[in-house]
Amino acid sequence: MDTIIESSSVGLIKPGVIEPIKVEVQNTISRDDRTTVGEAFVDDPRMTLRNVNVFYGAEQAIMDVSLDIGKRQVVAMIGPSGCGKSTFLRCINRMNDTIDGCRVTGDIKLDGEDIYHPDLDVVSLRSRIGMVFQKPNPFPKSIYDNVAYGPRIHGIATNKTDMDEIVVTSLTKAGLWNEVKDRLDQPGTGLSGGQQQRLCIARAIAVNPEIVLMDEPCSALDPIATAKIEELIDELREQYTIAIVTHSMQQAARVSQRTAYFHLGDLIEIGDTDQIFTNPRHPLTEDYITGRFG
Amino acid sequence: MSPTTLILTLAALSLFGFWLGRQRSIVVARGKLKDLHSLPVYYGYYTALWCGIPAFLIWCLWLALETVIIPDLVVAALPSKLRDVSPDHLTLIVNDIKNLVTGNIVSSNVDPAIQVAADHYQHLLNISHMALAVVVLTLAIAGAVLAWKSIKLTRRARNAVEGTVKVFLVASSTIAIFTTVGIVLSVLFESMRFFDSVPITNFIFGLDWSPQMAIREDQVGSSGAFGAVPLFAGTLLISFIAMLVAVPVGLMSAIYLSEYAGPKLRAMAKPILEILAGIPTVVYGFFAALTVAPFIRNSGGLLGLDVSSESALAAGLVMGIMIIPFVSSLSDDVINAVPQSMRDGSYGLGATKSETIRLVIIPAALPGIVGGVLLAISRAIGETMIVVMAAGLSANLTANPLQAVTTVTVQIVTLLVGDQEFDSPKTLAAFALGLMLFITTLVLNVIALHVVRKYREQYE
Ligand SMILES: Nc1ncnc2c1ncn2[C@@H]1O[C@H](COP(=O)(O)OP(=O)(O)OP(=O)(O)O)[C@@H](O)[C@H]1O
Ligand SMILES: [Mg+2]
Repeated sequence: MDTIIESSSVGLIKPGVIEPIKVEVQNTISRDDRTTVGEAFVDDPRMTLRNVNVFYGAEQAIMDVSLDIGKRQVVAMIGPSGCGKSTFLRCINRMNDTIDGCRVTGDIKLDGEDIYHPDLDVVSLRSRIGMVFQKPNPFPKSIYDNVAYGPRIHGIATNKTDMDEIVVTSLTKAGLWNEVKDRLDQPGTGLSGGQQQRLCIARAIAVNPEIVLMDEPCSALDPIATAKIEELIDELREQYTIAIVTHSMQQAARVSQRTAYFHLGDLIEIGDTDQIFTNPRHPLTEDYITGRFG
Repeated sequence: MSPTTLILTLAALSLFGFWLGRQRSIVVARGKLKDLHSLPVYYGYYTALWCGIPAFLIWCLWLALETVIIPDLVVAALPSKLRDVSPDHLTLIVNDIKNLVTGNIVSSNVDPAIQVAADHYQHLLNISHMALAVVVLTLAIAGAVLAWKSIKLTRRARNAVEGTVKVFLVASSTIAIFTTVGIVLSVLFESMRFFDSVPITNFIFGLDWSPQMAIREDQVGSSGAFGAVPLFAGTLLISFIAMLVAVPVGLMSAIYLSEYAGPKLRAMAKPILEILAGIPTVVYGFFAALTVAPFIRNSGGLLGLDVSSESALAAGLVMGIMIIPFVSSLSDDVINAVPQSMRDGSYGLGATKSETIRLVIIPAALPGIVGGVLLAISRAIGETMIVVMAAGLSANLTANPLQAVTTVTVQIVTLLVGDQEFDSPKTLAAFALGLMLFITTLVLNVIALHVVRKYREQYE
């Protein structure tokens, strides 16, 4: 993984601090304009990402994206399928390292510390930045062992009672406890798609990550389970920082404070969720949230 | 026309039939191919099949019957002095006649009566081949013409052709299955003959193996002991040593190749490893006998151990090396079959590479690995050459790997090489051993296949 650290990167950022744009100005942005519109940066960021580019071989999947993720807030990432949301999310905990031929450049910092620095321990980074994947991927182990996996390898629980406690609370928070409490010893792979998704959420929060990355965590869930997860996200936000990818506009509006709209690898617009959904500035954003995107 | 020319002519006719049928269908469709039920090629195949298949079947049947009927006719025409002999002698005479016909050297000076019979034989053969040619060609042409005539827009040529193809496939798999069944049955029956002379309990539970039998009544010598336990014990000992080498080495190299090695190294190392499987076992055999066994003997000597020059250890070690690619290649495949998302899930929770391998990948791949190991074991049990050369022939019942032992396969070889009386218990014992070996590997293979299949279902 080669990392290009540009010391002057901050100065290069195109969006910078853009003055609030008036309605008349709105229409002057062309659909072909790919510079980021909106407030990409926050005052007291937890994570700063600058000029991030991601390549799959020769293919560029993320083009020069810069944004901040603030403390105790939820950032929603929306955009059409294939625009690079998952790719971008995977940069944040260096999951792209595991993909052959994937190259990330740019400057990504967690609490001011470069996470792509050669000396950084990826393993401990990933235990701090948890991830729920787009496709549920329970281990072929029992439900209990799936949840206990993380706490076990990190030595979080010292005895069986503690472990039981962690498993029960994690499953309860993910809204799965009632469905599985009688069959904790059965394989996690035997659950339904939506149950597996919640199992993976429980597994991720069982290690108490400081930052949680969620890639479409509710894609296979019914409204009630979705509400449960959104409740969990609200609860987690009180202590942690969350980035969530979602295809549901309503969900983005409900759970997030800031929203970023991606389009074919470019970050088109980012800003307060309320503003993005009520008053998008970029015509592409407007097309997407009003359902005009083909 | 000789049968060979005939069959070539038939093939040419079928080819011609193909062309005829195809042309005919195009003519029938008057250029509008869409109106035809099937594509023109199918009408071609249809005609060709009708032309070729019935004629070919008759050809096969005719030739098969010919070899039975003609000798009978010839025998019936023999002068009675030649005919009224023992059946064995008669077979000899018929053989002489046939040899004369094919122009081979005959055992003695030719008896004029036999020469006459041979001429008679040749004459019958000529008539038969002539008739065959007429019948086959008539049938071929008739078939082609009938098929050709029957071609019309609604003729379902494709269905007919595909039905025939299916019959061919069924026939082929039947041949494979029946061959297997035939081998098994013949081994089974010969074994039963063996168990007539040696009680099955003596064979399975006997601790003593010395198959030397007195060939003549008056000969001094043992009457033979056929206890298979030392052989199976030897087989198990050597297989166990082999697995002790092959499983850890194979598994670890599989893990290295699939999880740690870069794509370039992997692309290079994997084929090299698989070459090990391509080395003829006889090469491993003399490697074991000439290099490894003396080495073990010498190093044992240095340690003050008593090592025989042929030892189970030497054979087992070399066999283990031979089996490494089985284990590593199969394990590598199943480890690679564990979805990347499983690894991602583990890494995403902050697990290290070795934790991921130990806690997620190996457990997920375990059934497949076990399947691979079981297949490797059945390979080890059936292996012959290495043990013949390196393990020795003495049927010791011992668990000491430094001593010479012998295995089931080695004994089968020694029982059957050289001139043997076919129905002595000594020879028949080979069948009984073969049967036991077959059952053992069959059971292992069934278990292995079952385990592997169960594993396959997991991610689908
Ligand atoms: N492992 C990979 N190798 C090569 N190209 C990839 C890989 N993963 C993603 N891509 C490419 O990168 C681009 C972005 O993919 P990504 O998965 O990030 O999209 P996404 O926004 O998450 O889409 P979706 O909403 O459908 O999940 C796509 O064009 C995709 O083809
Ligand atoms: Mg995605």
